[in-house]
Amino acid sequence: MATATAQPVMVERLPRSRSLRLPPWEKLTPLLLIAPSVILIAVFVYGFIGATMRTSLVRWNSALPDYTFVGLHNYQRLFQLDRFQADLVNTLHFTAIFLAGCIVLGLGAAVLLDQRLRGTLFFQNVYMYPLALSFVVTGTVWRWILNPNSGVNVILGNLHLDFLKSGWLTDTNTALNSLGIAAVWQMSGFCMAMFLAGLRGIPEELREAARVDGANEWQLFWRITFPLLRPITLSAVIILGHISLKIFDLVYVMTFGGPGYATDMPSLYMWIATFQQFLYARGAAIAIVLLLMVAILIVPYLVWNLRGETEQ
Amino acid sequence: MGNERWTRRQFVGRAGKTAGGVVLGLSLADFLAACGTSSPGTAGTGKLEIFSWWTGPGEKDGLAEMFKIYKNKYPNVTITNSAVAGGAGSTAKAVLATRMQGGRPPDSFQVHAGQELIASWVKANKMEAITSIWNSEGWDSKIPKDLKDIVSSNGDVWSVPVNVHRGNALWYNKKVLDSKGVSPPDTPEQLTSALSSLKAKGIANPLALASKGGNWQVQMLLENNILAAGGADFYKNVMSGKASFTDAKVVQALTWMKQWLPYANTDNSSIDWDEADNRLIAGTAVFHIMGDWAKGDFTSKNWVPNTDFGVVPSPGTKGKYMIVCDTFGLPKGAPDRDNAIGWLKVCGSQEGQAAFNPKKGSIPARTDVSPSGFDVIAQSFIAEFKTDTLVPSSAHGSATPPAFASAVNDEMGQFIQNKDVTKTASNLQKASDEFLKTA
Repeated sequence: MATATAQPVMVERLPRSRSLRLPPWEKLTPLLLIAPSVILIAVFVYGFIGATMRTSLVRWNSALPDYTFVGLHNYQRLFQLDRFQADLVNTLHFTAIFLAGCIVLGLGAAVLLDQRLRGTLFFQNVYMYPLALSFVVTGTVWRWILNPNSGVNVILGNLHLDFLKSGWLTDTNTALNSLGIAAVWQMSGFCMAMFLAGLRGIPEELREAARVDGANEWQLFWRITFPLLRPITLSAVIILGHISLKIFDLVYVMTFGGPGYATDMPSLYMWIATFQQFLYARGAAIAIVLLLMVAILIVPYLVWNLRGETEQ
Repeated sequence: MGNERWTRRQFVGRAGKTAGGVVLGLSLADFLAACGTSSPGTAGTGKLEIFSWWTGPGEKDGLAEMFKIYKNKYPNVTITNSAVAGGAGSTAKAVLATRMQGGRPPDSFQVHAGQELIASWVKANKMEAITSIWNSEGWDSKIPKDLKDIVSSNGDVWSVPVNVHRGNALWYNKKVLDSKGVSPPDTPEQLTSALSSLKAKGIANPLALASKGGNWQVQMLLENNILAAGGADFYKNVMSGKASFTDAKVVQALTWMKQWLPYANTDNSSIDWDEADNRLIAGTAVFHIMGDWAKGDFTSKNWVPNTDFGVVPSPGTKGKYMIVCDTFGLPKGAPDRDNAIGWLKVCGSQEGQAAFNPKKGSIPARTDVSPSGFDVIAQSFIAEFKTDTLVPSSAHGSATPPAFASAVNDEMGQFIQNKDVTKTASNLQKASDEFLKTA
């Protein structure tokens, strides 16, 4: 009851005091200023999501649009496909490697660079540079590096480390992990930058206090530093996670989903289904499944973020 | 003066269109198309936009030759070459699909003969029949009926064949084969034994295999083998959903592939057909089953036909010609329709085909082009084309709709991993049920 009575008072008081001073067209200004972006987002983001949703529920599976409603049939069919089942497993597998690799390497590099030794600025930049590249460039370079007949296998051979040689991208057992290496190489620098910012934000007093209490450096890291990095870690997981769920360019360039379905991803199949097979409804259904997968990751984060803001 | 002002107004209109295109996230090709809109009207003036994926050496030059001929006939037409590179045409097809769905077709576009056009754009009612052009140009007497049938449906002709590639060819390193005392095989069984004796003589992977970019190369192996096991009629039936992929003949075709796979390189998913060609040149492999574009690749790498390399029809397909054919059609709503019709006539002309094909490494679709301007292998193919039974390729879009070909690609990717003949045959039949029955 208390809130119910308190709110109208606020809502009423503000406009009244304003409307007395401002001419009527002034009230329109904020609306006009915000309208273009609202309209553009409404049409080009939510409108297109709606159109995709609609396409996924109809029988449009040729070059000729066919809007006969078929319910969830496209989804049913999709989840029965060997290829799409493989895609889902691959996405989870790839996301796990990618997140683990980026966070472990990123955090490790950040902790080392935080020691404020000489040359840290140089290495900080070196680790960050891959981020400036497009996945297409990374993919092309790593495809050469991991080519079984040239690249890293030759170096291993020259070092007499033949037992480490591998088919890399051409072997179904190693292809996905090889893809992960390239992705981690590109994004771990970004992760490092985030953690470094987080580390520098932790007040030295907290660590001093812990040292005074007799904590060793190992305890200090696990009991003080790491818990305080939790918001950063979560942000990193969200940002990297949605990149990994939607990964397309890297796969397209490095393996095109092969060998077999070993590195196929939903986004690649979405593209193939739509533009090569002309199965527009199936492509749209994959898009919606992808959207839901990313939403599962992002929405709790947004809610958590929003709650944090209102609490402040 | 008045003219100048009009141009400026038109410019503003175009700029608006362009901005719209950018907002919609459309491609560069659309942008070019937007710039190229002009008044439709009399032939011989204005513009002509030709869409293709001919950007590689040879094919690009062939296209330029045809543009030259067109320019001689219609000197006042400005030609826009909207070729899209990448992915053996897959990128171009994606761009084309966007433009066709958006109602902004090019004046004419490259498309594989047959189902790639008929099952998609003809069925979607986006193409204009060219039957009257076909008849007025008298192409019935110049282009084989088998080929006309491939580009026709419901009594109408839909596109003009420019060239014919051969899909069923077995290329071999002649010097290595001679030195090992092995003769080029005629039958699948002979290929198996040739591979095994080459392996015994120290060549670990005598069969070069590529599967990068979607396994279409493996699909060519399959369709050639189905043709070998079942003959032309069975092949056409199975590719139109009238015969089953679980038939003993398809099982036989897959079994041959399974027997050959142990002799093929295992890194096939990382190499494309031209890199497989390099293995032949290097002598690390001896055989490669590939279309006759391989010949252009070999000669461009200074390999001499019938000295360094030789060719026979892929095992068991003598007397049959697997057609891989590029054609041009007329989309409804082509902005410069009259100029596009002029283009189609150049594509189907003796002069156009004589200029294009030697560069492209294919043979003319017309049977009245003099073979004198061609290399020795093309000359023998030209002779065989006239007498062989012609069958459309599924891997290259002529026999089956794109959705089916793509599903078979996936299945071939699985097959080279699991080598499971029964499972693959039954999965192929599932794809047939889904995509061929409705076509």
